[in-house]
Amino acid sequence: MFYREAGQFKASYKEDQAILPISQDRVGLILILIFGFFAIPLFASDYWLTAILIPFLVFSLAALGLNLLTGYAGQLSLGTAAFMAVGAFAAYNFELRVPQMPILISFIMSGITAAAVGIAFGIPSLRIRGFYLAVATLAAQFFIPWLLVKVGWFTNYSSSGVITTQPVTIFGFIFDSPSRRYLLVLSIVVILALVAKNLVRSNLGRAWMAVRDMDVAAEVIGISIVRTKLIAFGVSSFYCGVAGALYAYAYLGSVEPDGFNLDLSFRILFMVIIGGIGSIMGSFLGAAFITLLPIFLDIFINEAAAILGLKLAAGITSVIQLLVFGGLIIFFLIVEPLGLARLWQITKEKLRLWPFPH
Amino acid sequence: MLNPILQVQNVSLSFGGVNALKDISFSAEHKSILAIIGPNGAGKSSLLNVINGVYKPQQGKVIFKDKSWDQVVPFEAARSGIARTFQNIALFKGMSVLENILTGRSLKMRSGLLSSAFYIGPCKREEVAHREAVEHIIDFLQIQHIRKTPVGRLPYGLQKRVELARALAAEPDLLLLDEPMAGMNVEEKEDMSRFVLDVNEEYGTSVILIEHDMGVVMDISDKIVVLDYGKKIGEGTPVQIKNNQKVIDAYLGVTD
Repeated sequence: MFYREAGQFKASYKEDQAILPISQDRVGLILILIFGFFAIPLFASDYWLTAILIPFLVFSLAALGLNLLTGYAGQLSLGTAAFMAVGAFAAYNFELRVPQMPILISFIMSGITAAAVGIAFGIPSLRIRGFYLAVATLAAQFFIPWLLVKVGWFTNYSSSGVITTQPVTIFGFIFDSPSRRYLLVLSIVVILALVAKNLVRSNLGRAWMAVRDMDVAAEVIGISIVRTKLIAFGVSSFYCGVAGALYAYAYLGSVEPDGFNLDLSFRILFMVIIGGIGSIMGSFLGAAFITLLPIFLDIFINEAAAILGLKLAAGITSVIQLLVFGGLIIFFLIVEPLGLARLWQITKEKLRLWPFPH
Repeated sequence: MLNPILQVQNVSLSFGGVNALKDISFSAEHKSILAIIGPNGAGKSSLLNVINGVYKPQQGKVIFKDKSWDQVVPFEAARSGIARTFQNIALFKGMSVLENILTGRSLKMRSGLLSSAFYIGPCKREEVAHREAVEHIIDFLQIQHIRKTPVGRLPYGLQKRVELARALAAEPDLLLLDEPMAGMNVEEKEDMSRFVLDVNEEYGTSVILIEHDMGVVMDISDKIVVLDYGKKIGEGTPVQIKNNQKVIDAYLGVTD
């Protein structure tokens, strides 16, 4: 009833090729952005901002990066956290060693550095694919944190390997409070999400999907497989690098190389799988699911225990959390391999007709 | 008189000990329709794969538009104007019909990473211009009603048509069709034959097709090349082939 496209006619290809050709979608997105930019900073508590919303946005960005590579270009990677580490430490070193370096430029440079490293580790993809490629990207996952620990220069010879990020200042404006940092992260994520959407609807995105779906046919059409795959690695790592820089600068404040471990890579991969492979929105849904679910489970388990009058042993909630979490991932792989984004799509298709059957 | 658009000269191809093609030579004229026929395993698909560079022949060369090559990669074949369809449909399953056909034009698209990223200037103009070209092809092949459908949901006959559309999108000079009518009913075959003839007539595209339906082959082709066990056993107009004793033997068997 509310989600009808009837009466919305397109008079040009430009209108038909807009990102959101249906006006209800446009209104919905604008409402979400208004909510995100104005309502949340005004009303959200510091706990929500620092512990939930900022990590959610940072992980969304990393998941988006991985989704471009795995979901759109079809190259499986387990090196996401390593590329985030490159981004975090690159930003730190650019700030540290280049005098008067504007922080935004550092963030961009951290993305570019990560892109270069990503392309280097993407070279095996030219010969191998699937699980074998995933194993090859593991090399990045183990090598990069090891290198960051081993070579003191990267951590500015900090004895523990921990770096503490410099304050974030843009044009004299200091991003110190949680709501300011939240707004900074949100702005960067919104811009990069728009860029990702543009990339996947342009010729490059089609080349990625062509290589993913049928590489022989793509080659015969005249798509250079080498170039397409390496650009996918580069762009994906750029996103992961910026996400890593934000992870350090806006979320944690101090990071160490070992924090960017395989666990983190897997978490981001699960976000992509649960959210929806090959979907921009899916990256956000997946990140939201994985950052918010443990919190809700925690509340739920404690409430349930209180109602039943049980006294839970310390640590038992986190075990139950993990069990439910693992169960849900299996559930998703079986029931809806295309993730939450696909569920949303099905809902939209139903909504178009509702309340009529046809 | 123009030189033939494509000349295949003494091409031999083997996989290990198996000789897929033995010393094959033939030529295809400009704006003609050439059919390659032969029993299963005769090397027809291998020959197409040699022409557009998927396989490298051990001997011989391919001359396309007076440019000779013996080591060609599919990318260059595509750039010089060869497009093809596959025996087993090779569409991009995760994309819509429109996106599939647009991908066929990727060689003509020039916009770089940055202009695509912000969807500005050249990229935006390009997307609209190519959309227009693609819409012409969609009109031509009468698939307007399915342009936004994911190709995986389409029936077989339409998928074949979309694959033809994707090949046409590149505006090729030479179109290679690997069994474009396999598994179709009579009506679909008629449609497909009409499209092939129309493409040939309207765009002046040369066509090389592999087909098993002799009725179709005899009706639409200007010239036929017959392969058997990797060897060429006949070449000529449909009438000549019909009366070629070697061809009849290969198809019907010989009694000793």
